[in-house]
Amino acid sequence: MEFTPLDRNGMAAWCARDIPEGWLVNLGIGIPTLVADFVPAGREVIFHAENGVIGMGPAPAPHQVNPFLINASTTHVTLRTGGSYVHHADSFAIARGGHLDLCVLGAFEVAENGDIANWARSADEPVKQVGGAMDLAIGAKRLWVVMEHVTRDGQSRIRQRCSYPLTAKGTVKRVYTNLAVLDVEPRGFVVREMIPGMTLEALQARTEAKLHEA
Amino acid sequence: MAGVRRRGVGGNPLTDRLDPGAAAGYDTGMIDKFVHSMADAMAGVADGSTILLGGFGDVGIPTALLDGLIVQGARELTIVAVAGGRDGSAIEQLLALGRVRKLICSFVRPASLAGRLLQRGDLDVEIVPQGTLAERMRAAGAGITGFYTPTGADTLLAEGRETREIGGKLCLLEYPLPGDVALIEAWSADRWGNLTYRDSARNLNPVMAMAAGLTIAMTRNVVALGEIAPESVVTPGIFVNRVLHVPL
Repeated sequence: MEFTPLDRNGMAAWCARDIPEGWLVNLGIGIPTLVADFVPAGREVIFHAENGVIGMGPAPAPHQVNPFLINASTTHVTLRTGGSYVHHADSFAIARGGHLDLCVLGAFEVAENGDIANWARSADEPVKQVGGAMDLAIGAKRLWVVMEHVTRDGQSRIRQRCSYPLTAKGTVKRVYTNLAVLDVEPRGFVVREMIPGMTLEALQARTEAKLHEA
Repeated sequence: MAGVRRRGVGGNPLTDRLDPGAAAGYDTGMIDKFVHSMADAMAGVADGSTILLGGFGDVGIPTALLDGLIVQGARELTIVAVAGGRDGSAIEQLLALGRVRKLICSFVRPASLAGRLLQRGDLDVEIVPQGTLAERMRAAGAGITGFYTPTGADTLLAEGRETREIGGKLCLLEYPLPGDVALIEAWSADRWGNLTYRDSARNLNPVMAMAAGLTIAMTRNVVALGEIAPESVVTPGIFVNRVLHVPL
């Protein structure tokens, strides 16, 4: 069977489709940032950025950039009517205090026990980039991950156990890859959806962890 | 009082209500946190100080104060900031001048001077999750002598540190992070040091203002006492020691 893996926008759109109206959602840097662009028009979702923005809107037109208004990726955004600002400690209180309905992060690896690794490729790596990921990963009511299914050299990012240093233990609930949507359940990864042309067998061949049928 | 509009009898009745002394014609300059030069702003910043440095990305960074710190000359500094600074940033200049002993931040870009120094083992860096970084400073300002958080408890960052299970979750003990000096950027300020911030330029600035022994703010705008509506003051002047007017 022929299949075409989703591109970054395709993954973001897949994730955006499943965010219901009224949720307060934090989007991590990278592909997750794109998710905001694909929430259907008219569906009110409140986006939170870790630098203290509640009610973040889309990127401004180039001539309407507000230099004082950026998101976690430090790119310029807008504020929706009804939006507000808080300082950093309150912003992370929103994350750590369980106020986010959803956090969407990128990752290097996700394991079948819900572990996520997204901040360092080895324990010995001197330059570490934790940012706000550890706070976001433990605090939200749900953690979803959007990432490519395999690395550039073909290694599965969907693992029995993470091989990279953990960001948080046991907190991932769902993964959107360029091949499939996987839920993390007590029995492990459960395949919710696959891209057109993909089979469970072909998906399992690209996945280190055991996949379960829904 | 330069830079502050002074009012006397017959001033704006709306704001005089908030500053009865001015309405009565008294000299009201008893509390005046404005300083009139960078040298005055930076006076007394000692070698070995821990400097809390506001800002996120390029927004809300007190760049002029950092430039002032470079001129002022304090050395052996511990810098607390959200990140290790991009190349071309004022943090990079401080690092390049060998003025930084330690960096406490949530991430360091590999492609930055801080990243290169770290890779060579020439810079002491403490990586702190961003929410924990903010909360440690909030704790310092609030007199909280420690707190437990699940953030980072199951990770490398917890190695060799005190953890305990609370409510079924493994939690990590974190200590407050006070500063000797906070350098922050505000949008508007009055002579009491009441501050507002512009949009997402708020970020770490109000938290750092509470957490330092000496809080030095630069402000883009100067307003009369009472001009910031009381319910719109973000950082009350009680947390601010010096204000320098640095127009946009």
